[in-house]
Amino acid sequence: MSKRNVPSQTKGLQAMQKATPGTTKRLFSYIFEYKWQVAVIVICIIVSAASQAAAALFLQTLIDQYILPLVGVTNPDWKPLIIMLTVMCCLYLVGTFASWLWSWLVVKVEQGTLKNIRDHMFAHQQLLPIRYFDSNGHGDTMSLYTNDTDTLRQAISQSFPQMFSSIVSALAALAAMLWLSIPFSLFTLVFTAVLIVIVRRIVTRSGMYFVKQQHAIGQVNSFVEEAVNGQKVVKVFNHEEATAQDFYRRNEELFEASSKANTYGNITMPVVGNMGYMLYIILAILGGIAGILGWNDFGLAGSGPLTLGAIIALLTLSRSFINPIGQVSMQFNMVMMALAGASRIFAMMDEPIESNDGSVQLVCVEVDSDGHTMHEVDHETGHWAWKRAADDDGTRSLAAAAKLKGAARQVALKAKEEAITSADGRYTLVQGDVRFTDVTFGYNPSKPVLHDITWFAKPGQKMALVGATGAGKTTITNLINRFYDIQEGQILYDGIDVKNINKPDLRRSLGIVLQDVNLFTGTVLDNIRYGRLNATDEDCIAAAKLTNADSFIRMLPKGYQTVLERDGSGLSQGQRQLISIARAAVADPPAMILDEATSSIDTRTEEVVQKGMDNLMKGRTTFVIAHRLSTVRNADVIMVLDHGRIIERGNHEELIAQKGEYYQLYTGSLELE
Amino acid sequence: MTDTAEETGVVVRNQTSQPRHLISTLLRSLRQYTKASLLAPAYVCVESILEIAIPTVMAALIDYGVSAQSMPNIVKFGLILFACSLLSLFSGFMSGKYAAIASSGFAKNLRNDLFDKVQSFSFTNIDRFSTGSIITRLTTDVTNLQNAYQMIIRIGVRAPIMVIVAWLFSFRISHSISMIFLFVIPILGFGLIGLSVWVHPIFEKIFHTYDNLNNVVEENVQGIRVVKSYNREEFEDKKFGRISMSIYRAFCRAEHILSFTVPLLNFCIYAVLLLISWMGAQQIVASGNNAAHGLTTGDLTALVTYTLQILMAMNMISMIVVMIIISQASAERIYQVLVEESTVCNPEHPRMTVVDGSVHFDHVSFRYSDSSEKPVLDDINLDIASGQTIGIVGGTGSAKSSLVQLIARLYDVSEGSLKVGGFDVRDYDLEVLRDQVSMVLQKNILFSGTIADNLRWGNPHASDEEIRHACALAEADSFIQEFPNKYNTYIEQGGSNVSGGQRQRLCIARALLKKPKILILDDSTSAVDTKTDQLIRRAFREEIPSTTKIIISQRVASVEEADMIVVMDSGRILNCGNHKQLLETCEEYRSIYVSQTRNQDQEEE
Repeated sequence: MSKRNVPSQTKGLQAMQKATPGTTKRLFSYIFEYKWQVAVIVICIIVSAASQAAAALFLQTLIDQYILPLVGVTNPDWKPLIIMLTVMCCLYLVGTFASWLWSWLVVKVEQGTLKNIRDHMFAHQQLLPIRYFDSNGHGDTMSLYTNDTDTLRQAISQSFPQMFSSIVSALAALAAMLWLSIPFSLFTLVFTAVLIVIVRRIVTRSGMYFVKQQHAIGQVNSFVEEAVNGQKVVKVFNHEEATAQDFYRRNEELFEASSKANTYGNITMPVVGNMGYMLYIILAILGGIAGILGWNDFGLAGSGPLTLGAIIALLTLSRSFINPIGQVSMQFNMVMMALAGASRIFAMMDEPIESNDGSVQLVCVEVDSDGHTMHEVDHETGHWAWKRAADDDGTRSLAAAAKLKGAARQVALKAKEEAITSADGRYTLVQGDVRFTDVTFGYNPSKPVLHDITWFAKPGQKMALVGATGAGKTTITNLINRFYDIQEGQILYDGIDVKNINKPDLRRSLGIVLQDVNLFTGTVLDNIRYGRLNATDEDCIAAAKLTNADSFIRMLPKGYQTVLERDGSGLSQGQRQLISIARAAVADPPAMILDEATSSIDTRTEEVVQKGMDNLMKGRTTFVIAHRLSTVRNADVIMVLDHGRIIERGNHEELIAQKGEYYQLYTGSLELE
Repeated sequence: MTDTAEETGVVVRNQTSQPRHLISTLLRSLRQYTKASLLAPAYVCVESILEIAIPTVMAALIDYGVSAQSMPNIVKFGLILFACSLLSLFSGFMSGKYAAIASSGFAKNLRNDLFDKVQSFSFTNIDRFSTGSIITRLTTDVTNLQNAYQMIIRIGVRAPIMVIVAWLFSFRISHSISMIFLFVIPILGFGLIGLSVWVHPIFEKIFHTYDNLNNVVEENVQGIRVVKSYNREEFEDKKFGRISMSIYRAFCRAEHILSFTVPLLNFCIYAVLLLISWMGAQQIVASGNNAAHGLTTGDLTALVTYTLQILMAMNMISMIVVMIIISQASAERIYQVLVEESTVCNPEHPRMTVVDGSVHFDHVSFRYSDSSEKPVLDDINLDIASGQTIGIVGGTGSAKSSLVQLIARLYDVSEGSLKVGGFDVRDYDLEVLRDQVSMVLQKNILFSGTIADNLRWGNPHASDEEIRHACALAEADSFIQEFPNKYNTYIEQGGSNVSGGQRQRLCIARALLKKPKILILDDSTSAVDTKTDQLIRRAFREEIPSTTKIIISQRVASVEEADMIVVMDSGRILNCGNHKQLLETCEEYRSIYVSQTRNQDQEEE
């Protein structure tokens, strides 16, 4: 229940931001996708506004022309009255029908528009680079789908039609007034301007306190969250009283803001209503004086002395003019908020998407006995190859490598030698040979996290990256699959620059198991199948068996059909990790990245998970980032990172003998976190 | 798929709750805002009566002033109208202000009451509601109720008054015509409320689907790396598209039903207008437009105004009904918290001193909920003498944390008895007990505030010297001194700006400041390097020898030197003894030890 509402409270400050220019136009371009519906709605609103106006004016005509003539007549002829009533009845029926039709049609326009915006937004979100998600809070992204679309919904379904209908009514009334008397109309307009200024002032004031209120709500909410989540600490330290005092204080602030915001919100209506009465009084007095003194008057209809009927009509019209104006000015805030929301949505949709200019593709091949002749096939063979486009001679990376110097040059050139390429040069066997040559990278380009890194991993090797938090371990793996792009240097994958590889294919070739396991709502089987969508149930179960996940899954209430919710919250951390490993196993990629996959599991469970991972790692190039060093002992190569530089490299025995950083980490005399 | 929308309240919602009791319980939180809560409707009454009276005066202004071309009458009725509208403006101001104060104040008191209540809860209570649900109740639910309350004391008063007074006015003018309203009001009322009631379950469903949509977005955003590394962008698009489509359909259905409300209202207004016109015309003709004989044209105009007022007010009433239906769930959820009795409370004549730090478990069993089948702790017997150091080891799920939480009475035992200092923990004053039993929890929580603020939780009156001493014991002083603001360094919410190891050491220092008789460390040095860990333990031994120290740890090294080590496995004590004994007698202990000491072997090679 909370998800829907919680972000709204933190979003308050942004809600009052001004919309960027062009937002309205863009929003309406979505709305106008429903052209004919909008056209019919516009017509219907005009018709129903007209019938409402007719209802207001009808009475006077009825009395003057159809009732009064009958008074005193001995044998009144009801026929004209009946005809008139029948006509009105028809008009009302048309009006009612029109009001129903637009209310009915607007639903589709409104919901369709929202659905289109929502779907576009989500589709665009899928294409955004990881960087976007790093720099934009999850809560903010979530609230695009909740608050911002919600205010938009209200605006499209209520505020826009209501404003339009109000403006139509007001304009109709104004036209009628102008017809009767231009001076009176001008006076009314001036008065209306004053009214709008006053209402705007109140609405702005109320908006200001509204923002304050949202801010205070945010404060109270985060305090409650902190206090409730930390209640054990509160109790252990007998801190209830002090915490309560703190809460009362924040709550009092919320009360101050909330009562002011609501006060201003509540008085808008009385102000609009009573200003309308004032106008009425002033017009009545002026009209009375004009009528008595026989002032000349001019309207679009012509000029002449002000008649009694005209004065009464003007008074009635002033009511039908000022009421919708009041409504429009009260809707204004709603529309501003909706536009601000829309501009946030559009801003997200304008975020540049992940670039993908690689042309090298991943294909399945059969390898001949000579070891380098490859035939592309459409089924799984256990062998993959990088396939170059027809115009790619495969020398781009080599050319880049030639420009390097020293060790980097050696490492880069060696890549080409190690690569197994078919005779025509179009296919290169995927082996998992990864090389970094003079790579420099920073999440913020001016603050590099990795400096001039050069290293290589031989095919089939288990590479371990260790080092304290912030040393740049995860960064390295993020660069291989191009979650981020490097600023300088080259990353070669089987001798091919990763930039030249088609991104989906690059990622297909790299399985990944992360420390923070993310599972999706659905059955256990669905979650494993996420690794390869066309995997059969048997494939998934086989993968689970391979990775030691099978036994615990069978113990779940419904086995593989158990539905996981909220990120698999019913499972232990170790169990969740096992599922994510099975997911990677079913994808069966040529290379793997295991990023701190066992760090939040106790040592006993870790053994089970570790075995599962060991099975998975067999025969694949694997990059392991480990928290507990016991898990990297059997790695072929261990690289110790410190502040983005490789400070030690070797296998476990070598590094222990070296008695350097690794030795210290391993014996627990350096803090890892 | 189980019902996520209800996950928060489903356990308690099924309990019986009488609505009357519910309302009176909630209203108890009005307190100092009772006056505002009464004033607001009072001013609303004035406002609504004026709203009906003003059109009458307007009619008079036209009839006797403008039409009669009588300047004095124009001025006279103008002034009356002016006074009325000033009074109406004033009442509008006052009612708006008092309604805002009353509703915000009501919400404030509710939040305070809820907070107090939650503070008094035991963890059994909290587990019953779940923390997430408690937070929702304290925030969203209260806000919902605040809005509903404000609407009820303003529009909920205004609309019925308008209907009744306008009807009385119309009755005064013409008995027969006023009967039309008696006929139309129920039709419109049933129609509008019927539509809302019909549509309500669809909206419930929509909100539920909305939760699913949010869930998909949330999972997508959180798992974006997984999505990207498996190239599941299109798959996610389709998944989202399906839910997006079902929201579209459900919303369309609901709003299509609701699209009948405006036409229904219009239809009723128009029907009444036509009926009034017809009947009015006949009556006017019959009376000869003479007030003495019956209906006049002025009366007819007034009747039309009343029609609009009555029917618009009916529309407001239907809105209120919807609002009440929606807020009912929130009211119930708040009520459940307010009436919940804490399961851990002080005895009548509590013991105010804890003699020593001895702990005695006597056939203790414990389950988190009475209904759970398997106990979390099963028949625990354990004797800890004052001043001993006890180590507890065991895998995840072996209930180590549950065991120690009983000592500070965070939970009550289900069976058996637990004695601290020779007396059952339930005999002590809670505050006294918890002052003497200091726990460093597994989930180390620091609160936003300076380091010193956080440490003073242990002892609000601690001097700077005492704080430094405690930090020195916990090996925290050295890194605190490195911060530019030292002890005044600000800790962000959740302590995110200090490392895990630093956080743990701060939490230990905080616990030490209490100078407790029993100190419990629940896996609280896991992120601290082994050397520092050792230094902390040595400090314990030398500086607080008389304090009973209970240390839960994953690392055998952290408990190796303890007087007694307890090996736990799925809620039972598997074995007890010192390090040497256990190595000989306990297979489980040996295997944990071996798996962790391979390091040292390697080191010696």
